[in-house]
Amino acid sequence: MSQSATTDQKTMLTSTSGKAESLWADAWKRLKKNKASVVSGIFILIMCFIALFAKQIQPYPFDKQDITQILEGPSATHWLGTDNLGRDLLSRLIYGARMSMAVAIFTAFVSLFIGAVYGAISGWFGGKVDAIMMRSMDILYSIPALVLMILVMVAFGSVELFDNPELKAMTGIFLALSIVGWVSVARLVRGQVLQVKEMQYVEAAFAMGASQFGIVWKHIFPNILGPIIVTLTFQIPANVLFESFLSFIGLGLQPPFSSWGVLANEGWRSLRNYPHLIISPGLAIFMTMLAFNLFGDGLRDAFDPKLKNR
Amino acid sequence: MRKNYKVITGAVIVGSILLNIFFDLFEFEGFLPSAMLYVSLISGAIGATILIVKENLLVYVAKRGFEAFVTMFVIATATFLLLRFLPGGPFDTEKALPPEIKANVEAKYNLNAPLIEQYGLYISGLLRGDLGQSYKYIGRSVTEIIAQAMPATFKLGFYALLIAFIIGVPLGVIAAYKHNTWVDNLAMAGAISGVALPNFLVGAILILIFALYFRVLPAALWESPTHYILPVLTLGLRPISIIARLTRSSVLDVIRSDYIRTAWAKGLGEKVVLFKHVLRNSLIPVLSISGPLIANVMSGSFVIEVIFAVPGMGRHLVQSVNNRDYPLILGLTLLYSVVLIFANLIVDLLYSIVDPRIKLA
Repeated sequence: MSQSATTDQKTMLTSTSGKAESLWADAWKRLKKNKASVVSGIFILIMCFIALFAKQIQPYPFDKQDITQILEGPSATHWLGTDNLGRDLLSRLIYGARMSMAVAIFTAFVSLFIGAVYGAISGWFGGKVDAIMMRSMDILYSIPALVLMILVMVAFGSVELFDNPELKAMTGIFLALSIVGWVSVARLVRGQVLQVKEMQYVEAAFAMGASQFGIVWKHIFPNILGPIIVTLTFQIPANVLFESFLSFIGLGLQPPFSSWGVLANEGWRSLRNYPHLIISPGLAIFMTMLAFNLFGDGLRDAFDPKLKNR
Repeated sequence: MRKNYKVITGAVIVGSILLNIFFDLFEFEGFLPSAMLYVSLISGAIGATILIVKENLLVYVAKRGFEAFVTMFVIATATFLLLRFLPGGPFDTEKALPPEIKANVEAKYNLNAPLIEQYGLYISGLLRGDLGQSYKYIGRSVTEIIAQAMPATFKLGFYALLIAFIIGVPLGVIAAYKHNTWVDNLAMAGAISGVALPNFLVGAILILIFALYFRVLPAALWESPTHYILPVLTLGLRPISIIARLTRSSVLDVIRSDYIRTAWAKGLGEKVVLFKHVLRNSLIPVLSISGPLIANVMSGSFVIEVIFAVPGMGRHLVQSVNNRDYPLILGLTLLYSVVLIFANLIVDLLYSIVDPRIKLA
């Protein structure tokens, strides 16, 4: 069928009923109606912007110490106060966004890629391949996520690969999070592929002589992309949280570098007398996670309105 | 008759668990509490056995058991190799040890034997329940350390899950019942915030309010039931929110289903429909999430134990990582995995009892 014919049909239908739009346009329309999602989406964009231009935005260098202004509360010069070495907390928070967001988003995409490929192979071939692949994945699944991450951090921590401590911690956290993250994506993709591969259009493509890879890539993936994107939106906040866990218990990034987990750890130690030090990184994590969760909810409803209210 | 044994074993298990909680919270010690613990364990085992035999699940359970065994074996091997091949041993202190002493120390922990022999020793020890000697706590075996730390972690996790169900389910039901009113909106706003709040922030705020400002609750340690309150609340918040949201959506689904319409049409009373038909059916998906929830609570308990200085396994794991106490890391990893695998099996079995539509095979 030629491209123009379908477009014509589409415009015709749109002009009469106004409902025959592609799944994506439809989803976009529904998403725009959901106020919480729109606000969250904007918030996420702002956070990404802050993370990207952290070095330009921060009012003071994140590791600049000022011994004359130690542990001060919020003021006009230091909006969020200063820590025990006189470093500006707002600058550290902004600089910390770099680490937290980068790790969270990058890891989500990598686990998406690995999980999608693994799950698609497993689901598409089925039978013995599927059984073996799923069994070996179950082994990873039976170790609690944080224990697995800690093991990876221990192993990676003793390998001398990088001179830059920031890069080293980032790679370590990234590896630890990816090893845990791809499993759930692989399960989801496998389940979806198992469902979709029985569809008639797949059979039709097969009958027309399309290659296996072509079918999976061109016919199956576009149809299961919705749930995958939704999973992705829920993985990012989980990653933000795990990064902060790891840094909080002292396994991730170390001071003077900054991530939200590092700040939380530092704030925790002076909770008794200087609670402002833990409240602001805590709130930063909370708002980011809330935004991603709300956005994910909206996205899920937008892709599948039947699921609304879940 | 078919139903009787389920009801009886269920009642015995629930009853003895309640008694255990009672003993624990009112700090009874001695013969009776430990006897009750055994009663609940044994009755649970007997009930499970009867169930497995009667429902023809023997093959299924044997299969799962075998899978669990293989999984544990693989995890043990992988962790063992991972930790042995790491550069930098636990005895690399700042001060170099004299070679003779170092050789002695290594001989004590079998570190100078060939790898395959070390591995054989390790696995045969595992089968006997011997996890080796701790590197850090000289003279204490890993099994001993873990046995000492286990009660605190289990209690913390158990109570967190308990309050999650006790608070989360009614919250979700009420929200669904008052669908699209301010009650619903408030409950769901609370639930979504509960999922997004990081543990240490919740812990910090609770400590600031109850321990430092009002001075009514202890801020740390694990000595009496009053010490339980803050850590359990902090750990329970996320599960409460997850359960509340799930219960709500599940109740909303069930309310709209045909059999509920039938129940109304038959002229059944509101109470009967709500409790017997709606609630029972909508709790099935809630039960199915308990597996992931247990894993969630396990991960969460690490941070909680560090924050509240609870002398449990999570804190030991964090410390053993910093101490490079490899036997302890290995032992804790294995134990956590065993608990998770076992919990998932129990959840799957429970699931098949509660929902006869599900057939395990």
